[in-house]
Amino acid sequence: MFSSEMFLLVAQGFLESLYMTVISTTLAYVFGLPIGIILVITDKEGIKPSPVVNRIIGGIVNILRSVPFIILLVAVMPITRAIVGTTIGSTATIVPLVIASAPFIARLVESSLKEVDKGVIEASLSMGATTFQIVYKVMIPEAKPSLITGAAIATTTILSYSAMSGFVGGGGLGTIAINYGYYRSKTDIMLVMVAILVLIVQIFQEIGDFISRKSDKRIK
Amino acid sequence: MAEKNMVTDNPIIQIINLKKVFGNGDSAVTVLDNINISINRGEIFGIIGLSGAGKSTLVRCINLLEKPTTGNIIFDGRDITLLSGRELQHVRRSIGMIFQSFNLLMQRTALGNVCFPLELAGVPRKEARIRAKQLLETVGLADKENSYPSQLSGGQKQRVAIARALATNPKVLLCDEATSALDPNTTQSILELLKELNNKLGLTVVIITHEMKVIEQICNRVAIIANSRIEEIGTVDEVFRHPKTQAARKLIFSASGYSEEIKVTGRLLRIVFDGKSADEPIIANMILKSKAPVNIVFANTKNIDGKVFGQMILKLPEDPETVRMMLSYLDSVNLTYEEGKFHV
Ligand SMILES: Nc1ncnc2c1ncn2[C@@H]1O[C@H](COP(=O)(O)OP(=O)(O)OP(=O)(O)O)[C@@H](O)[C@H]1O
Ligand SMILES: [Mg+2]
Repeated sequence: MFSSEMFLLVAQGFLESLYMTVISTTLAYVFGLPIGIILVITDKEGIKPSPVVNRIIGGIVNILRSVPFIILLVAVMPITRAIVGTTIGSTATIVPLVIASAPFIARLVESSLKEVDKGVIEASLSMGATTFQIVYKVMIPEAKPSLITGAAIATTTILSYSAMSGFVGGGGLGTIAINYGYYRSKTDIMLVMVAILVLIVQIFQEIGDFISRKSDKRIK
Repeated sequence: MAEKNMVTDNPIIQIINLKKVFGNGDSAVTVLDNINISINRGEIFGIIGLSGAGKSTLVRCINLLEKPTTGNIIFDGRDITLLSGRELQHVRRSIGMIFQSFNLLMQRTALGNVCFPLELAGVPRKEARIRAKQLLETVGLADKENSYPSQLSGGQKQRVAIARALATNPKVLLCDEATSALDPNTTQSILELLKELNNKLGLTVVIITHEMKVIEQICNRVAIIANSRIEEIGTVDEVFRHPKTQAARKLIFSASGYSEEIKVTGRLLRIVFDGKSADEPIIANMILKSKAPVNIVFANTKNIDGKVFGQMILKLPEDPETVRMMLSYLDSVNLTYEEGKFHV
């Protein structure tokens, strides 16, 4: 069933999936990380409480998170076209992937940073730390293992979203799986694609867990 | 006493009419009210009270981690309640603080933790490391600089926290239940370290605790906090000899081992001996003078701030005339005593 042609197709799909996932995850963190930080510090228990800011940003995050990805994918097409020039292919898929996952990442970051011991933050305040210093010298380093675990979850989620975009010509393994498995009823190819996806998810997750464990100095 | 000489009447911290209310409207709770304390330069000042008395809130008001509802905090001649932002951050570097749960950065080594306040203050890395190493040596942890907090014992963690708090050369060290999570031996060694730092550096130490033992061991003066207020304030031996309030008596007796389990009725007398009266058979003489036997309900000795004290609780006879004779004998030998109920 696997001609060399087919092999090339799969290899290309694999690289496209990887490309979408890595670029989208990176960009999603560019937006999601600061949003997550803002959510933590403006919380009523945070170091710069601001209920208004917190509620507005939290609200936007919740709205975006409650839209199913497949709907968002279609809904943001005008934005995608405006930015990339097309709505088809892996580069175009990055736009909805970032929009969908940045709020998710913001919440992941928020929950990681909230795990940081309040006492440590208080001690830092007692030493005269500024808000900025607390964020980048205390919260982020102290939450690093948890942030890395979160990043692994984010990456694998974005990978599975990217596969879903195969339905609207998003490229990558998802498109191959849908074109061959769904439209041409080649179940075996679809299963292979699924197997590859599962494998990538496993690998990302394992790498993430490994780095997280390695970086955690709380473990003796 | 060398350390006593450093105690001057020049206050480093003045807490003036402090009031702290949490919440507002119907749910408002007054946690601190009408607090006035003046802490002298170079002294070890204790603040003691039961759980929930407001000790942590009080100490957090001193470095404005908690904003007083009303009142002023004068630190080193300056009203710091008026400061904000950068100025306050700057002042905080002169006020070190340590905690019951140590609050070390878990992802940094001991050395990294001590470097931390120096980094915050913008001290160059190399310089910070040199100073941090010296400080770890001061607290007896020179060999642990590369250990992470998870690899250290409680006592060692608190030593790192002390080194960290001292990094920016503070004038005052606030200790919020700093020994409450430690076993008795470790508590002892941490208290000795604090005393040594007080002696060597002239560091003013403010100790928050619920244990009278801690106060007895190293404090010069003590404030007793109960029902949101300062019930009593004075030198430790003064408060020990003559507790004026019920709150003070409670604390002294719960620390002594005397308990309500000892069931006695009638009038009780508490006598406090210091080293001077150790040679005289005071109780025997008192009995001979009054020709009436007494019942010793409880007795023990204490080491308070380096001085040995003995305390004894006697059951007085019924006859008022006999009692009068006993008390006049005690007066004649200049002994501190007080009459009353001493139930915990
Ligand atoms: N942020 C807060 N909001 C509302 N109430 C508070 C707050 N912080 C403290 N309290 C209340 O103030 C009172 C005093 O608390 P505080 O922590 O100062 O007591 P404490 O003397 O340090 O007790 P402990 O010995 O248990 O540490 C408690 O009744 C507590 O519930
Ligand atoms: Mg407390």
